[in-house]
Amino acid sequence: MSDILTMVWKESKDVFFQGGWRWLIRPLIVIALIGVYIPLQFGPQWVDLTPLGMLLLLWVPFYVIISFIGDIIAGERERHTLETLLASRMPDRAILLGKVVTTVIYSWSIGVLSLLVGLVVVDLFRTQGNWLFYPLDLFADAVVLSLLVSVLGASAGVLVSLRVSTVRQAQQILSIGTILFVFGSVLALRAVPADIVSLLTYPQFLLIVMAVVAVLDAILLALSVLSFQRSRLILS
Amino acid sequence: MPEPVIHTEHLSHYFGPVKAVDDLSLDVPAGIVFGFLGPNGAGKTTTIHLLLGLLEPTQGEASVLGFDTRTHADQIRARSGALLEFAGLYERMSAEDNLDFYGRIYHMPAPDRRARIKELLTHLDLWERRKDQVSKWSRGMKQKLAVARALFHHPPLVFLDEPTAGFDPVAAAALRDDLSGLVGREGVTVFLNTHNLAEAERLCALVGVIRQGKLLIVGSPDELRVREGRPQAEIVGNGFNDHTLSLLRARPEVAKAELNGTHLTIELRGEDRIAPLVSLIVQSGGEIEEVRRGKASLEDVFLSLMEEEGK
Repeated sequence: MSDILTMVWKESKDVFFQGGWRWLIRPLIVIALIGVYIPLQFGPQWVDLTPLGMLLLLWVPFYVIISFIGDIIAGERERHTLETLLASRMPDRAILLGKVVTTVIYSWSIGVLSLLVGLVVVDLFRTQGNWLFYPLDLFADAVVLSLLVSVLGASAGVLVSLRVSTVRQAQQILSIGTILFVFGSVLALRAVPADIVSLLTYPQFLLIVMAVVAVLDAILLALSVLSFQRSRLILS
Repeated sequence: MPEPVIHTEHLSHYFGPVKAVDDLSLDVPAGIVFGFLGPNGAGKTTTIHLLLGLLEPTQGEASVLGFDTRTHADQIRARSGALLEFAGLYERMSAEDNLDFYGRIYHMPAPDRRARIKELLTHLDLWERRKDQVSKWSRGMKQKLAVARALFHHPPLVFLDEPTAGFDPVAAAALRDDLSGLVGREGVTVFLNTHNLAEAERLCALVGVIRQGKLLIVGSPDELRVREGRPQAEIVGNGFNDHTLSLLRARPEVAKAELNGTHLTIELRGEDRIAPLVSLIVQSGGEIEEVRRGKASLEDVFLSLMEEEGK
């Protein structure tokens, strides 16, 4: 565990706390878009966390991860720091999980922050003094789903980053992968017969989505652990 | 006899049909700087990767600090430091944070890390710049920091892969001085990959020469000079010409004679007297100002080994 925390410390120092405040630009843009602009467009309906609102919230982790995970894995190889790290005592799994944990914390916190900022913005500007809060069950679903989707994006990002040699390549493949994933998910949902969908309540539907994403998380994370091996990385 | 720090037996690693390391058997005793000499692509870096357990041997075996590289590579890496082909520094982080990170990797307590950062950076004249982002440093400073990182956790063994490659002579000499000072002070065993022969001659107690994956010879620089190098004479003067050279080359005791401006270098087959050769030069019209006897340099030995193997 202390090795994973050491990696998280390093990634935080390397990506966030060096070179001024420029790293804040991207998350602030995301929060401004998902936490301010879109809730203002939705109005009070935003707090209902409709499927469309939920989908937009879940897009946050992917957007954040595309730029981030490529930098911390493919970037480490591109900047020739990975070989030295692999020559140290740091276990493979700690290196990998340290990077995944940092990415997940980063993207999940932006997702949750967007959710909270969105609530404050709607309450301040669109409810005329009637303070609203998200339905607690949907709020919990959104928080958990955001975490699961962050893990999904981070694990997929690891698998892609391990197979490319530059950050740019990783970002391009992840961007295309995200588009395909979103469209694929929508098509898959449409393929479900309407009578089955009508049997489910919205929270039940979200539970099923959570279960599917959790299974995908487990598969991709296991594949990432299997792929992240010193002997393979040193030759790549 | 104490157990060697590094022991390999018939160690080999093949990349497909290419034998990167081929049947390497070697012992490196503790507390010395071992120079691993060879041209680019000779197999030096692959050897370090094998010794650190980063690559599996195709054949043979190796033990480092008493641990098998196949089964206990993690123990080897826990007790070694490494400066590989690239400095491997996190350039967006400060020098202090780079060292602190590696201290954390080796589970050093915070007060020890702070003290060690101060000790090493002060010794290398980098302490005042410790808060700088490494990207703002010169190449020489970065390489010094990488050396400090390799030694940071007091490892008994350090691998250095061409630490002065690509440096100008002044920067390379400065880094060699720092390296030599640190290594002496810390009492570590160093496995130094280099193709810089002056560096090997200056720093190493024992050298091994590798070419196309094969170990050609191992010994101290002096032993190699005696075993492989021939006695030489250097004659400085004027009036040397092709006629002088052909007369010298015709002598049985002369293995090689070369003229470079006012310098005539003669390689002898044995410990023969030079006086007859000096007379010959004078008779052929040469004016001699200085005669020096000498031994072949490590460079001569290295080049002659490369030539012999190339034939």
